[in-house]
Amino acid sequence: MDLFNNLAMGFGVAFTFQNLIYAFIGCLLGTLIGVLPGIGPVATIAMLLPATYALPPIAALIMLAGIYYGAQYGGSTTAILVNLPGESSSVVTVIDGYQMARKGRAGPALAAAGLGSFFAGCVGTLILAAFAAPLTEVAFKFGPAEYFSLMILGLIGAVVLASGSLLKAVAMIVLGLLMGLVGTDVNSGVARFSFDIPELTDGIGFITIAMGVFGYGEIIANLSQPEDKREVFTGKVTGLFPTKEDFRNMLPAVLRGTTIGSLLGILPGGGALLAAFAAYTIEKKTKLRPGEVPFGQGNIRGVAAPESANNAGAQTSFIPLLTLGIPPNAVMALMVGAMTIHNIQPGPQVMTSNPELFWGLIASMWIGNLMLIILNLPLIGMWIKLLTVPYRWLFPAIVLFCAIGVYSTNNNTFDIWLVGAFGVIGYLFIKLGVEPAPLLLGFILGPMMEENLRRALLLSRGDWSVFVTRGLSASLLAAAAVLLIIVLLPSVKSKREEAFVED
Amino acid sequence: MKIKSSKDFFSGLMFTVVGAAFAYGATSYTVGTGARMGPGYFPLLLGVILALLGAAILFKSLVVETPDGEPVGAFAWKPLIFIIAGNLLFGVLLGGLPSIGLPAMGLIAAIFGTTIVVSMAGDEFNFKETIVLSAILSVMSYAAFIMLLKLQFPVWPTFISG
Repeated sequence: MDLFNNLAMGFGVAFTFQNLIYAFIGCLLGTLIGVLPGIGPVATIAMLLPATYALPPIAALIMLAGIYYGAQYGGSTTAILVNLPGESSSVVTVIDGYQMARKGRAGPALAAAGLGSFFAGCVGTLILAAFAAPLTEVAFKFGPAEYFSLMILGLIGAVVLASGSLLKAVAMIVLGLLMGLVGTDVNSGVARFSFDIPELTDGIGFITIAMGVFGYGEIIANLSQPEDKREVFTGKVTGLFPTKEDFRNMLPAVLRGTTIGSLLGILPGGGALLAAFAAYTIEKKTKLRPGEVPFGQGNIRGVAAPESANNAGAQTSFIPLLTLGIPPNAVMALMVGAMTIHNIQPGPQVMTSNPELFWGLIASMWIGNLMLIILNLPLIGMWIKLLTVPYRWLFPAIVLFCAIGVYSTNNNTFDIWLVGAFGVIGYLFIKLGVEPAPLLLGFILGPMMEENLRRALLLSRGDWSVFVTRGLSASLLAAAAVLLIIVLLPSVKSKREEAFVED
Repeated sequence: MKIKSSKDFFSGLMFTVVGAAFAYGATSYTVGTGARMGPGYFPLLLGVILALLGAAILFKSLVVETPDGEPVGAFAWKPLIFIIAGNLLFGVLLGGLPSIGLPAMGLIAAIFGTTIVVSMAGDEFNFKETIVLSAILSVMSYAAFIMLLKLQFPVWPTFISG
């Protein structure tokens, strides 16, 4: 078969000593920056891009792809251990992962994230190899109206993330959307809500909000508790590896997460991110087995599903890049940059004009995933040790790394003032009982939503009915409506149950 | 009328005020029509929605009975102030404050300053221990950020390194 011939050629390219070394360097660097909160793959790839001039093109791309995956792996480690989502896609992992760590089950949580990601990465690679061309057709069917509806669906899904009041969660999403609009409007060039501060015309950084609200807010709230009540690690560390029971719970979650991730990853614009949210939503809606821990309190499925989804999505997000030349996110845009540096025009012709590069890259993705699991599983023991560090040493270190990370994204002290402000806001959120995860999703989707709404209405000449008259868009909105009803029903029911308990 | 949930009351108030502020701010930009959206259109729409949601939460907090009134509780001023002050000090020491003529002191000084101030947020503060912690963090940061990742940081005070 063609596919196997091609893959064999790809592995032939990737398995040279030099390329293996570069894959390893990429994965190692990626893990490092992923673990350090605040330093993302975008900044690292941007910094390393000039260093790849001297390398052969395939080695350069293999290394950069390694950084991308490594960062995804490393990001989940920080999310689970210290409750900091270093990457936007690990916002969901924080919810159950950190609770597992608190109960002494950080080992299984890290292993679930690692194994789930590895499995999803393998499947994603196969899908990429087999369906790259036909899947691109699907992405073509998505016009601005469809994207807008998809984002509505994603945001409704995010409501499920909040365990508290539904109304407050929706309000947080809208607040997030508004915060995402701060900065220069791409269409008119008008600087919105920037108060004439030049740094604000570029918008607020994701890292700044995430570190302030999740990092500082949480630490302040923790320190305000008396020591014995503190939200740190209460349970004894039990076992480094998931138990048989864990595996039984994880497996279907990983399969579902992988499927969703592979599908949504193809869509340009935050596909992998929405995939993680969607996967978590679905897990939360499936029935708990008897004796299983509820979601939000450390359910292993809440770690395994979104982690597999975002890794599968990360993999399939190469499809629009390699087949259409459209970068689906900032990292991929930098990959386009890397390709053009080496005189490769990204797009459908890469497959035919540079087959070694195309298949070599695909094979190296799989090798990268394998290296990451080999690299990370033994490290779990070391990460667990980190949790035995007393909190009075840990929190200054977290604050320090947040500050360094925030500064390094733009090399600008203004971001440090801003993260301080968000720390205060984050603490306020905790005091008022509103949950920050939906805010972050809204923040990321804000500009994209506006752009697609604008385009959709421009094409329809201001007619809002375009969202329901286009079949695909209408069905996405219908799915959102159904989801909303599903979310509303049990919350009404559980409220009633609570009332009964109190009687 | 009595407030039945303080948490909801104040969060509703916050959403209403912030939403109204965004909506008001949006009117200073061109709003335009659906077919030709100006930069003010989407923020105005969202601002109004947020204000309405806030009002709904506010209304709920006055109507729906809760068992304990869901008090917001006292603010933990000590950790709040020390954590934020430590963070701000990091910026001041690292980059300096040109407006008052303070030179950049560099990464190492910033690490020591931040670690010491932030540590004061905890219940027990041990100066010797904090100095050791700062030294460890300095070495780690230097190895990770400067040597491995080659980030562009001023490491030493500008009057030493020039």
